[in-house]
Amino acid sequence: MPDATVTAVRPEAEPRTGPRRRGFGRAALYAGVIAGAFVMLFPFLWTLVTSITADGNLSGGPTLLVENPTLEAYRTLFDTLPMWRIVANSFGVAVVSTVAQLVTGSMAAYGFARLRFPGRNVIFTLYLATLMVPLQVLVVPLFIQMSRFDLNDTYFALLAPSVASAFGIFLLKQAMESVPRELDEAATIDGASHLRIYATIVLPLVRPALAALTVFAFMSSWNNFLWPLIVIRSPELMTLPLGLSTLHGQFTTEWNVVMAGSVVSILPIAVVYLFAQRHIIAGMAHTGLK
Amino acid sequence: MNATQPTLTRGSVDDRDGARPVAPGASRRRRSPRLRTLGWALFFLLPSGVPLLLFTFVPMVSSAWVSLHEWNLISSMTWVGLDNYAHLLTDPNTREVFGHTLLYILGYFPLVYAGGLGLAVVLNRRLAARGFFRAAYFLPVVTSWVVVALVWQWLLNPSNGLVNQILGFLNLPEPGWWTDPSWAMPSVILASAWKDLGFVMVILLAGLQTIPQELYEASRIDGASAWKQFRHVTLPLLSPSTFFVVVISLINGFQVFDQVYVMTGGGPSGASQVVVGQIYELTFRYGRAGEASALSWLLFLVILAVTAVQIRGQRRWVHYA
Repeated sequence: MPDATVTAVRPEAEPRTGPRRRGFGRAALYAGVIAGAFVMLFPFLWTLVTSITADGNLSGGPTLLVENPTLEAYRTLFDTLPMWRIVANSFGVAVVSTVAQLVTGSMAAYGFARLRFPGRNVIFTLYLATLMVPLQVLVVPLFIQMSRFDLNDTYFALLAPSVASAFGIFLLKQAMESVPRELDEAATIDGASHLRIYATIVLPLVRPALAALTVFAFMSSWNNFLWPLIVIRSPELMTLPLGLSTLHGQFTTEWNVVMAGSVVSILPIAVVYLFAQRHIIAGMAHTGLK
Repeated sequence: MNATQPTLTRGSVDDRDGARPVAPGASRRRRSPRLRTLGWALFFLLPSGVPLLLFTFVPMVSSAWVSLHEWNLISSMTWVGLDNYAHLLTDPNTREVFGHTLLYILGYFPLVYAGGLGLAVVLNRRLAARGFFRAAYFLPVVTSWVVVALVWQWLLNPSNGLVNQILGFLNLPEPGWWTDPSWAMPSVILASAWKDLGFVMVILLAGLQTIPQELYEASRIDGASAWKQFRHVTLPLLSPSTFFVVVISLINGFQVFDQVYVMTGGGPSGASQVVVGQIYELTFRYGRAGEASALSWLLFLVILAVTAVQIRGQRRWVHYA
C-alpha cells in the first residue's frame, strides 16, 4: 500500500511511468465530465422531449420518456404566430447588432488598451457605468426619448441601444491587454499606424475573445425582451421573445407548445455557439510568437 | 505608411490645425505626438461613445431627473426634491432588499467562479469529444430562465424533488428550498450558478487560449509540477480574464432579477426580494417611478463604488502583458 502512494505521486512529474494510474485518473475525469454534461443538458433535453409530446402535461414531473412523439406542437406554434417573420426579425436584429458591437467594441477596446490619452481611466469608468443602472429603469426614459423623435415602433429603435456595449468593450480590452506589447512596438518602429496595428496585429490575436463576444452579443439581442416589449407595437416588427411571451397567455397548460417555442429560440444560439467555439479554442497557433 | 496616417487623424484634429495653419509637410512632423494620440483616441472611441452617450447615458441622466419627482408614468411629474431618497434610506425594506442581494452575490460568485475555472481548465485539456462537452456545458446559458426555473423548482421540490429524495436517502436534513423563507435565496443561488457556469467557462477558455504555450514548455523543462504551472503560469496570465469575470459578475450580481422573478417571485413573503425586483415592482406595479429611479441610483452608487475599488486594486493582482 505505501508503495502505491509513492507511485501515485510520481506520475505528476514523470507522466510516462504510471500508465495504470493515469488510465484510472482519465476514466474518473471522463466519468465526471459526462455526469456533469448530463446535469447541464437535462433541462434542454426535457424541453425538446416535452415539445414532441401530444398533450404537454407536466404534472408528472420532468421525464425524458415520450410515447407517440409528434410535431403537432410545432404546427400549432407556426399556425398561431407568424413565426417566419418573427424569426427573420430576431435574426436580422441580432446579426446587425452583433456585427456593430464587434466593430465598435474592438475599436474602443484598442483605444483603452493601447493609447495613452488624458482622462483614459475616467472615460473607461464612465463606459463601465453604463452597465450599472438597471435596464428596468432606463427603458422608460429611453422610450420617451425615442417618441420625441417619432422613432418608436421601428427597427431603428430596436437596434440603436445595442450597437455598442460596455460589456463587449471591457471583454475585448482585457484580451488585448494580454497581447504582448513588443508586437505592436516592433510594428510602430516599422512605421505602422494605429489603424494598421489594430487591424493586422491585435485583432487576429484576440480572435478567441471576438468569438466569445459574438456569442454573447447575439444571445443578448436574441433574448432581449423588456426593450422590444416596450418599444414595438406592430406585429410585423415582433421579435421572438415577444412572440413567445404571447404563448404563455394562450397556452397556459399546453406546455408542448411553449416548449416548442423554447426549442426554436434556443437552437439558433446553439448553432452560433458551435460556429464560434472553434475560434474560441483557436489557440496561440497563429501568434507568430517564438 | 505615413501617407495614410494624417488623413485618419485629421477628422478629429482638423479644427485645431485650421486655427493654426502651418506649412504643409512641416505640419505633419511638428504636430505634437500627444495631439496625434488624442486624434487616434477619438477615432477609436467615437463609434461606441456616441451610441452609448445617446442611448444609455442620456436615459441615465433622465432617470436621475425622474428620481427627484413623484411620477406614476401617466400623469405629469411632481417635484419632490430628495424626498424619494430620504424615504428609501429610512425604509427598512431598502435594507432588506440590499441584504438579500448581497447574500445572493456572496453565495453565487464563489460557486460560479470556482466551477467555471475548473471547467475551463478541464475542458482545455486533450479530451475526446471536447467540443461536445464544451457545448453541453454552455447550453444552460442559452436556455431561457422560464424553462430553467421549472426544472429547478422540480429538482428542489420539498416533498418529491430529486434533491430531497437523495438527501433523504443519505439521512440528511431535507430543506424546504424555495418554499421556505430561509432557503429561497440558496435555491436561487444554486440555479443561477448552475446556469452561468458556462458563461464563466467560455470567458476563461478564451483567456486560456491567449497564454503562450511556450511558457508551459519552458516551465516543464524547469521541472514545474502541474500544480506549480497552474499556480505560477495559468493563474497570473489568466488574471485579465479573471478581472473581467469578477467585475462583470459583481455588476450583474447586484442587478440580479430574472431568476428571482421566475423562481420565487421574491417570496415567500418577500424573503428573496432583491433590489431590482423592488425597482420593477415600484415602477410597473405600483406606479412609483420616481422612487424606483431613486432606488436604482442608490444601487448605481453601490455598484460604482465596488467597481472603482476593483479598478484601483487591480494593480496588485492583474498581470498585463
